[in-house]
Amino acid sequence: MTMVTAKIDGVEVKVSEGTSILAACKSIQVNVPTLCWHPDLCATGACGICLVKVKGKAAMIRACCVPLEQGMEVTTRDPELVKARRTVVELILSKHPNECLTCSRNGSCELQSLAADFGIEHNPYPQVRFEYERDESTKAVVLDQAKCVMCGRCVDVCQNMQNVWALCFMKRSIHTQMSPPGGIKLEESPCIKCGQCSAHCPVGAIVEYDQTQEVLGQLVDPDLYCVVQIAPAVRVAIGEAFGNAPGNIDTGKLYAALRRLGFKGVFDTNFGADVTIMEEATEFVQRFRDGQGKLPLITSCCPAWVDFMEKYYPDMIGHFSTCKSPHAIVGTLAKTYWAQKNGIDPAKIRMVSIMPCTAKKYEIRRHEKDMYASGYQDVDISLTTRELARMIKQAGIAFNELPDETPDALLGEYTGAGTIFGRTGGVMEAALRTAHFMLTGENPGSADIKQTQGTKGIRSFELDVKGTKIRIGIAHGTGNVEALLKEVEQAAQKGEEPPYHFIEVMACMGGCAGGGGQPRGVTSSIRIDRGKGLNKDDKQSKTRFSHENEAVKKLYDEFLEHPCSQKAHELLHTSYSAKQTYKR
Amino acid sequence: MEKEQEDQVRTAAKKWAKQRGSLVMALHEVQGALGFVPWDAARIIAEEMDVPLARIYEVVSFYSYFKLEKPGDVVISICDGTACHIKGSPGLIAAFEKDLSIACGTSTEDGMFHLQAVRCIGCCGLAPAVVVNGKTYGKVKPPECATIVKEWKAKMKDKMKDKVS
Repeated sequence: MTMVTAKIDGVEVKVSEGTSILAACKSIQVNVPTLCWHPDLCATGACGICLVKVKGKAAMIRACCVPLEQGMEVTTRDPELVKARRTVVELILSKHPNECLTCSRNGSCELQSLAADFGIEHNPYPQVRFEYERDESTKAVVLDQAKCVMCGRCVDVCQNMQNVWALCFMKRSIHTQMSPPGGIKLEESPCIKCGQCSAHCPVGAIVEYDQTQEVLGQLVDPDLYCVVQIAPAVRVAIGEAFGNAPGNIDTGKLYAALRRLGFKGVFDTNFGADVTIMEEATEFVQRFRDGQGKLPLITSCCPAWVDFMEKYYPDMIGHFSTCKSPHAIVGTLAKTYWAQKNGIDPAKIRMVSIMPCTAKKYEIRRHEKDMYASGYQDVDISLTTRELARMIKQAGIAFNELPDETPDALLGEYTGAGTIFGRTGGVMEAALRTAHFMLTGENPGSADIKQTQGTKGIRSFELDVKGTKIRIGIAHGTGNVEALLKEVEQAAQKGEEPPYHFIEVMACMGGCAGGGGQPRGVTSSIRIDRGKGLNKDDKQSKTRFSHENEAVKKLYDEFLEHPCSQKAHELLHTSYSAKQTYKR
Repeated sequence: MEKEQEDQVRTAAKKWAKQRGSLVMALHEVQGALGFVPWDAARIIAEEMDVPLARIYEVVSFYSYFKLEKPGDVVISICDGTACHIKGSPGLIAAFEKDLSIACGTSTEDGMFHLQAVRCIGCCGLAPAVVVNGKTYGKVKPPECATIVKEWKAKMKDKMKDKVS
């Protein structure tokens, strides 16, 4: 690797060729202020805050998108630079509504932090305001264009990282607008509700559809019986809102906090994940060994991925696992099995799911029949990790001081296989552990299937199950799916063997650990740490195989008979149909 | 969109589909045929050229030349280039806005008139200049704007009569 040597503020730095000035500065503990730059994305220099001076160059340059060159002499701080950067912040503020106190990003806004860092006490520029209608049409992700600072992160995320193309920049100059094409509503666009735009937005221009007050109202309604479930990835991320490190396992405190909030039944989506594995591994074995159904089998726990596939790859519907996602399964079972066992009228039950995801808000109504399999809406409200953190704070619950509690019986017990659903490759690993058992009658030598782990966008490998080779593909970030599916399509066209037997797709980078509803400020290392937390939770579990979950066994013995039984199909499976990318 | 127009759009899109970087050419052709680029046309271009609709709108909304709404039958273009500006085009814009009761850049409710300011049209010797559906008026004074509007109202009336008969 070619290295370049240069001087930044008089300090000699040596970095590999192509390293941006911004990154080179970080290597010597200089954090040049930025707004549009994000480590997940391609630097564009859109905001113009990261200005630095380079000896011999007349103009100030943007450190994020200029590589350090051999012999460069860079200055990152002098009064002129500070003044220029401050001017940029002031200009952005002049087009930004002064609504900090009534904005959901109050206290977590990157623009607010910059304004504070630059000590801006008044703005010399006249305020410009454009009236834009707030777009809540998806009831999952909310666009508030008036607050947009034109950094371009969401557009890059939507177009390049996710390959969805629901957002773009319309018009030009001061009239530029971040919006779906042609001024349509987000709901009419190809948006898959993954929420990655909201997780990357530096300000309050894209946020989750907040339903916390609705839930609070239900919690105090004496006629209702409120129950709740938490998704795998929530336990390793919610602590971030209370000062804990990413990956800290806060499961016990979460159960306690939910009880303090007033939920009468506290369940774990991980239990549902174990049930999903029983159904999905059975489905896989039926297709792989018995030739019933198409190969590869593709996972369907991720609602944003389901929406993406229904819009962009309807031809692949036959490959999709019909098994519902874990939270939908817990929702259905709470209003059938659990309600019956506890003698509670399912009509009175309100099921709230706490998810790392904005698309789950969409999923709970995505199918007019299957999402109401219990006879009621199976999951009534889905909240993101961020919303729950706010609710806990509003209630004044000292999260970190709570005792560790356990979930309620029947729908709470989980295995290590259930918990790794929250990271990329986890569903595959969990499914393969049980598929191995179903195919051979015994567990694999080790529960760890290391090839499922990693951060590469596409991973593939062959698993040897006592001489039988299973070909596996894993993708995360919908932008990575195309390559994998093209391979499958091309093989089918040529009449060849499918290149994979089993494919896992998660719409978000890192899987649910990096979900669009998770605490903000996500970077690759945070996603990895959250994933590590889930792996740790897996390793410390009593059992690491879904088929050894005693509560799951009981469920099948007492209620569902066996995986993929007729009753299981009625309650725990769904169907898919081609969807229009544009609704106009 | 009518079938005939749809075919026009599809033909234009197909023609440019295989050439990288030719989205603008296709858009020009469509606007040339329809007078603007409606939503349905953009959808067809996206489909035929395999370009995301988001990308099409980024381009079509970036250039003020492209129109997303149907323009009026009579397009009044007031030159607001440097020479015309100095010679009083802002006064002409104000006069037309008053006469037609619309803001510059919009159309009258009946769709008859569209008012727009344009960059230099190359008739600086005639500044301030106004072009109406290809007819150029030079050294226009604000009170003459009402006369121009009257003239075109009459023309459109005759045209309608011809159509009916």
